[in-house]
Order: sequence, then C-alpha cells, then structure tokens
Amino acid sequence: MQDLSFITAWIDQLFRGVMPGWAATTIECLLVGVGLLLVYSLLALFYIYYERKLCAAFQCRLGPNRVGPWGLLQSFADMFKMLIKEIIHLDHIDRFLFALAPYLVIIASMLAFAVLPWGNGLQVLNFNIGIFFLLAVSSIGVLGILLAGWSSNNKFTLIGSLRSGAQMVSYELSIGLSIITMVCLAGTMSVEGIVTEQSDLWFIFKGHIPAIIAFVIYMIAGTAETNRGPFDLPEAESELTAGYHTEYSGIHFGFFYLAEYLNLFIVSGVAALMFFGGWMPLHIPGFDGFNHIMDYIPSVVWFLGKCFVLSFIIIQFKWTFPRLRIDQLLSLEWKYLLPINLVNLVLMVLIIVFNLHF
Amino acid sequence: MISSAIFGIENNGLLAITALLTGAGLVALALWLAKQISPRSFNPQKGEAYECGIPTRGDSMAQFKIGYYLYAILFLMFDVETVFLFPWAVRMRELGVNGLISIAVFFGILVLGLVYAWRKGALEWK
Repeated sequence: MQDLSFITAWIDQLFRGVMPGWAATTIECLLVGVGLLLVYSLLALFYIYYERKLCAAFQCRLGPNRVGPWGLLQSFADMFKMLIKEIIHLDHIDRFLFALAPYLVIIASMLAFAVLPWGNGLQVLNFNIGIFFLLAVSSIGVLGILLAGWSSNNKFTLIGSLRSGAQMVSYELSIGLSIITMVCLAGTMSVEGIVTEQSDLWFIFKGHIPAIIAFVIYMIAGTAETNRGPFDLPEAESELTAGYHTEYSGIHFGFFYLAEYLNLFIVSGVAALMFFGGWMPLHIPGFDGFNHIMDYIPSVVWFLGKCFVLSFIIIQFKWTFPRLRIDQLLSLEWKYLLPINLVNLVLMVLIIVFNLHF
Repeated sequence: MISSAIFGIENNGLLAITALLTGAGLVALALWLAKQISPRSFNPQKGEAYECGIPTRGDSMAQFKIGYYLYAILFLMFDVETVFLFPWAVRMRELGVNGLISIAVFFGILVLGLVYAWRKGALEWK
C-alpha cells in the first residue's frame, strides 16, 4: 500500500529549507486548516446532493436536475441562497448562548472529522487514544443543540432540543459500547493502530457474530445519533415546525444543516474505521494475488467508497421506515439495544479469551 | 507501528487546536460574509418567537418534563462506566484472568444498576 505521507513530508522539507522551523510549522498548520475547511464544506455539499438524489430515486422522482449538469451545482446554489438571506435578530432570546450554539455544533463535527483516517499517511489527528477522543468531541454537539433550543425562547425549540438531548445521550451509550466491543478485539485505541490491525482481514469478518451484532447496533445508534431517519423526532415537522433550529435564519440555520450532513459522514466514517478497516483494502489471508490487486486501488478511494456505501444504508433507513414515538425510541435503546450490547460485549470477551477469532 | 504524522508534526495538541480554530473560523467567516451581503429590514413583528403566527404566551424558558432528567441521570451512570471500561478493553490480553475477574465484578454492578432502574420503572416513559 502506498504511503501518501511522502507528499506532506516533501512539502515540509521544502518549507524547512527556506524558513525557520516555527514559521514552517505555522504555515503547515494553516495548510491543514484550509485543507480541513475545503474538504469539510465540499463533502457537506456533496452529501446534500447525494441524499437528495437518493431520496428522489427511492420515491421514483428525478431529484435536482436544473442547476449544472445532473443538478450537481444545486447544493452550491442552496448554500449561496442561505448566505444572502437576512439573519433575523430576535427580541427575547439569550443572545450569547444563541450565538454560541452553532460554534459548538460545527467545532464538534470538525474535531471528529480531523480524527478520521483519510488514507495511508493522510490522517490529521493521530492520538494514541484516537477513537476515545472522537467519542469525547462528538458529544459536544449535544451541548450545542441543547443550547440552541433553550436560548431561542420558543416552545417548539425547547421541546425539540430536549427530545434531541435525550435521544443523543441515550444512543451514545450504544455507540460507546459497540466501539468498546471492537476495541477489545483491536487491543488499541489509536486510529492508525486499529487500521493496521485489520491489514490481514477486516474486523467484521475477524470477530465472528459479536462483530456483526456490534455493527448492526452501531448502525442503528448512529442513525439516531445524527437525528435522522426513523429517529428524527427532534425536528418532526408535523409537530414541532423545525425542532431546535426553528428560530435560526439564513446562514445561522445553514450551520446546523451542514453539521447534520457532516455527522452523517462521520458516523459512516467511524463505522468504516471500526468494522471495515478504514482505508485498508479488502485482504483475505491466503489469497496473495487478490490482495496485491486490491492494493492498487488508492487508500483514499477505499475510505470514501466505504463511507458512501454505509451512508447509503443510513439514507435508505430514513426513506424506508416511519418515524418512531419518543417512548418507543427510548425503550428501544434502554430495553433492547443496551442489554443486547452488554451481552455482546461478554460474548466478544469469551471469543478473545478462548482465541476463537481469526 | 509506522509513524505517519501529517507534515511531520508530532504535536497532536497543536493539530487539535488547529482543527478547533478551523471550526470556529468557518462559522465566523460565513457569518461575516452573510452580514456583508445579506439585506436588512426592520419590522416590530420580526423579533417575535415563531409559533405559528399566534402571539406567544409567557416565557418559554420554563420547567419541563422530569422524564428527560431521569434519562440524563441514567446516562451519566452508564457513560462514566463505559469510560472506565475503555482502558481495560485496550489492555485486556495483557491483564489476563485477574483483569477479567475484577472487570466482571465491575460489570456485574453495572448490570445490577440497569436491572434496578428497570424494576423501579425508570425506563418507562409516562
């Protein structure tokens, strides 16, 4: 597998040749920031287009097809429209918290975004507790949503944000426990280490039944975590107008919209990392020729491909199942997913202790 | 393990701060841009809460259902326990039987807590 870090290493050499170390580091940090910003916004715009096209396909419609070829520029047009809309100043809100909420939501998704393994040697944040860091920062997003609902001084937003808070913290447990199950198998929390551990076979095949159960639970919990699909009651349009972001207008609302789609990408990215080997190509022990051919496909293509396929599943949930009620939602998590997850963790430990995994 | 830090920057804290500032910068930049090009209009009704057109009654930062609070408490308990499970999950193979026994006790208490909450009816949404 080609190590792509030679590109950044080459740029690093170039800078260090002409300027002192601290200046080179500053410029490199700026480059990382600009790169993150570009990839973040382009992916979010692509995801908006992707979901709209898919949902059109599920409903036998054409979807966006006017702006640009195949409607490709539709989400750019939408973003520009949001930029030129007026940002309404409301009277009875808590101004500080109201302004702070979009920052928290975007920062949480940006930090989680930086941990993902983009390709061989293309990872921005490479902590030795990477996956733990990801869980920690992604829970900041809940705070942003709660603050947005509370500070808006509107009954709809208050109910929407409380529902969202209850839902997100509940399903975070399932995400955490299914990730623990896989960390048991991996024996490391570093993102790079987890990817390297899967160089012979992906974890979903390595871990027998517990890995598959963990994957199913992760996908359900991930859908709920992004406030999507059958779990979108925080913004149930028929009851709560738009949920926690009812009072936000223009680009202020756009941030929540962006973060929602980015969270969809992050959830599928983490699923790709924990179960399908991150950027690691499909390797089967014993089939050396096959493994070698798979190595020719670039690692970035592998990672993005896995993410798009997993996002396809999550988007299909949304357009297939009817919305749940809040009591059904909470009892699904606390009475089904959580006990199953605890049993699954014990199963995984037994498999590792008796060395039954591949 | 192969080390492939981006740009050869080994200091992850620096990169984390960069990502944080990038997120904040994105919001600030877009807000600034929107302020420059978006129109302004003034209307006394505009600042009111958007609740289907009927004038709002009372303050909305009010008391709410206790059920949410109960789930938050339960979440706190379980989330802290998952945090304690993570280090053990990493060192599981090295810690061996001793580690397994101690974590089994810990895990048993966690499950007991869930059973208690379930029997008490804390998981029912009323």
